[in-house]
Amino acid sequence: MGLLTGKTLLVTGVLMDSSIAFHVARLAQDEGATVILTSFGRTMKITTAIAKRLPQTPPVVELDVSNQEHLDTLAGRLGEHTDRLDGVLHSIGFAPQGAFTFLEGSWADVSTAVHVSAYSLKALAVAALPLMGAGGSIVGLTFDARYAWPVYDWMGVAKAAFEATNRYCARDLGPKGVRCNLVAAGPIRTTAAKSIPGFETFERVWGDRAPLGWDVHDAEPAARACVALLSDWFPATTGEIVHVDGGVHAMGQ
Amino acid sequence: MAQSTQEILAGLAEIVNEETGLDPASVELDKSFTDDLDIDSLSMMTIVVNAEDKFGVSIPDDEVKNLKTVRDAVDFIASAQG
Ligand SMILES: NC(=O)c1ccc[n+]([C@@H]2O[C@H](COP(=O)([O-])OP(=O)(O)OC[C@H]3O[C@@H](n4cnc5c(N)ncnc54)[C@H](O)[C@@H]3O)[C@@H](O)[C@H]2O)c1
Repeated sequence: MGLLTGKTLLVTGVLMDSSIAFHVARLAQDEGATVILTSFGRTMKITTAIAKRLPQTPPVVELDVSNQEHLDTLAGRLGEHTDRLDGVLHSIGFAPQGAFTFLEGSWADVSTAVHVSAYSLKALAVAALPLMGAGGSIVGLTFDARYAWPVYDWMGVAKAAFEATNRYCARDLGPKGVRCNLVAAGPIRTTAAKSIPGFETFERVWGDRAPLGWDVHDAEPAARACVALLSDWFPATTGEIVHVDGGVHAMGQ
Repeated sequence: MAQSTQEILAGLAEIVNEETGLDPASVELDKSFTDDLDIDSLSMMTIVVNAEDKFGVSIPDDEVKNLKTVRDAVDFIASAQG
């Protein structure tokens, strides 16, 4: 029996087959889950094509997390595919290019980054909640926001807000039996990562600093942790951040 | 199975047409995707994903930026098909 047998999961954030969410969806299906994907706007077509590369082709439901109408109607629209959700993967991040220059970052750019990358965790949780019950699990992806990194800039600030949002979601969803946790992944070469100017600077140092080593082309370690957190094997864990970074977070300089 | 340049071009033109509505006949070998056909990066991603499926090849992300003209794409697909 698989780790997720009998569970139905909503997986956001599958853009390409390099997306972390693609690997979560793939492993989740291998572990017995039924998966529903979300995508939005012009990326719907790409997600729909990429979905065919999964072991089973899942339906793709439209969800722009910054669109309140999409959020308000999500549970109803999912009704066509399922009457309940056991887990939700939040694998969404976006910041306008201007947000990657700290001292010049405008509020317009920063507020977009915080809206789409941090507030969206609460928004998605509330949108999915009508379909979730005790034992449910929400999992998101962060990039360790305790530190100031090169080039990450306002996205780093948005991730700090995201990590705080995770703790408050844990507080307010806990009484309903729903857990909320994050995986802090090391750098992985995805579309989002490559759109960050100077992302290669992380890639070079990470492998040297990680006691376990690190492969920027391999999303599977992060995806496995997501699957584990979506399963019943962390029943008393919520508001947590699990580092899947080869050990970099535990090292001094 | 390797296809001829003409076959690949026709298949690619069909994909470009589906994504952008451009007349397949305007998708000529010497046209630049961005400058002549006005294809943005998101459309290019869609075209690449559909081309991978249609031609049974893998077009790595790092390769996509080298595919400036239709000919670059056709040549890449032909060599990837071996
Ligand atoms: N790649 C890394 O190095 C890395 C490291 C740690 C954490 N993360 C996080 O992992 C998550 C997934 O990113 P990825 O690296 O797989 O890149 P990706 O580009 O494959 O995925 C990002 C996803 O966000 C979606 N998205 C953007 N704006 C949206 C909106 N308004 N509504 C709905 N969806 C929207 C995109 O469609 C895309 O599917 C992000 O939260 C990212 O910050 C990535």
